[in-house]
Amino acid sequence: MNLMNLIYAFGLLLFAFVLQTSITGINRKVIARLQRRRGPRWFQQFIDIFKALSKSSTSHGWIFDFGVVMALGGIMATAMFIPIGPLQALPGLDNIFIIAYVLAVGMLGMAMSASGSGNPWASIGVSRALTNMLAYDIPFMVVIFGLIFAYDTSSLSGFAAIQQEGGILGWNIIRFPLGGLVAMISLQGMLGKKPFDSFIAPAEIASGPMVEYGGRHLGMLFLLHEFQTFVEVSLIVHIFFGGGATVLEYVVKYALIYTFMNIVSNILPRFKIDQAVTFFYKVPLALAMIQSLLIIVTGLGVA
Amino acid sequence: MFNIVEDTQKTREDTRKTWEKIADYFRANSIWMKWYCTGCGAMEMPPTMTSRFDMEQLGMGPMATPRQADVLLITGYLSAKTLRRVIYSYEQMQDPKYVIGFGSCTLNGGIYFDSYATMTRLDHYIPVDLYIAGCMPRPEAIMNAFDTLIAMIKKGEAKGWKHYQDNYEWYNANQIHSLKEVRVKDEFHE
Repeated sequence: MNLMNLIYAFGLLLFAFVLQTSITGINRKVIARLQRRRGPRWFQQFIDIFKALSKSSTSHGWIFDFGVVMALGGIMATAMFIPIGPLQALPGLDNIFIIAYVLAVGMLGMAMSASGSGNPWASIGVSRALTNMLAYDIPFMVVIFGLIFAYDTSSLSGFAAIQQEGGILGWNIIRFPLGGLVAMISLQGMLGKKPFDSFIAPAEIASGPMVEYGGRHLGMLFLLHEFQTFVEVSLIVHIFFGGGATVLEYVVKYALIYTFMNIVSNILPRFKIDQAVTFFYKVPLALAMIQSLLIIVTGLGVA
Repeated sequence: MFNIVEDTQKTREDTRKTWEKIADYFRANSIWMKWYCTGCGAMEMPPTMTSRFDMEQLGMGPMATPRQADVLLITGYLSAKTLRRVIYSYEQMQDPKYVIGFGSCTLNGGIYFDSYATMTRLDHYIPVDLYIAGCMPRPEAIMNAFDTLIAMIKKGEAKGWKHYQDNYEWYNANQIHSLKEVRVKDEFHE
């Protein structure tokens, strides 16, 4: 690794920010059309973020401030490892364990900062968010372990390269439909979209962890959310949809998957947190176990 | 020597003004609101937010807490008890912040003007950037008011928050005159 890698990494962060923020904006338009509204302009999300960053903000102690910076830093560091199509800022480091591990730094920073605000809604929101994380991570990781067993690789670009050999029929979502289904449900949980958004719940717990954030702090949280979404959707694109042979292919897949998840989110109601956990430990975990057993015992679907 | 100092200050002032102008563009086009449902005015908000009038096309949206919001909507009459919470909410908001008073209740007490508990003029207690006439204003009037607010922010005229900072003694004296004590110990704030 040398200086060029770092420059590429920061370029990648800029690309990720512009990509995800534009797609969020377009999705706000899509949802508006779904509800027969006109909707905001496609670059509304950029305006929102820059506006939030231009306002003043209060601190609630140094843990509150430090947690936000740690969360944003952790998520940005994670995003640097993600390959975009064939491009990689830090080659050889796109291992799924590194990504899962560094992603947790961001999550914990967020939890620390929100609890540091001292607001009871924030504590409830954080506890729900971490419970939710525990619920979706286990089925997801069971499927991922199955795939790692099948392909003897744990790097994102490795997964993508193997799938690209077989064309569309080589995609893991086609080869392992049960695992793909589990991953999509888990992605819905990771993104915090309905029905798994009980930790945000604006009308019940006043937006949960975000309750005490305003101005610049809130702007940083919005940035963090864009990067986090980028990391999570990219994981699914690379592991289940064959990554991208070109950057354009990758961007198209990415946009379609995110839009699909968003539309699903907007036609569903919300689970209570205990319902979400019970659901994840019943249906997706069972499907994930079956999928992994099929891979390990019969080798069904493995090329 | 003296000139140089003056020039630097002038340049700094100019830079600040340019930044404010850029920031005002973003602030005008992305207004997050918190509405304080004190009266019947809150009833007019759901149609304004949803498909029929769709205020998201102006870049506006509801937020969950005062800290996240840019504009506070006072949607109806205020009693001594609610005014105290309005002041708490207003002071929690981050600068720059704006206030819109809905209907005749916030202007002069409306039909409750002669009650012992009604606050008849909102702008004695917090600075109001814009009033909407009516009892209650229909969504058309509300959308119109939002348009006006956007134009005011773009021109840099919505400076109520600055006025509150500069004239805090006056506002605070009014608050104390009506409420005796602005910050009280109660079950919400222990």
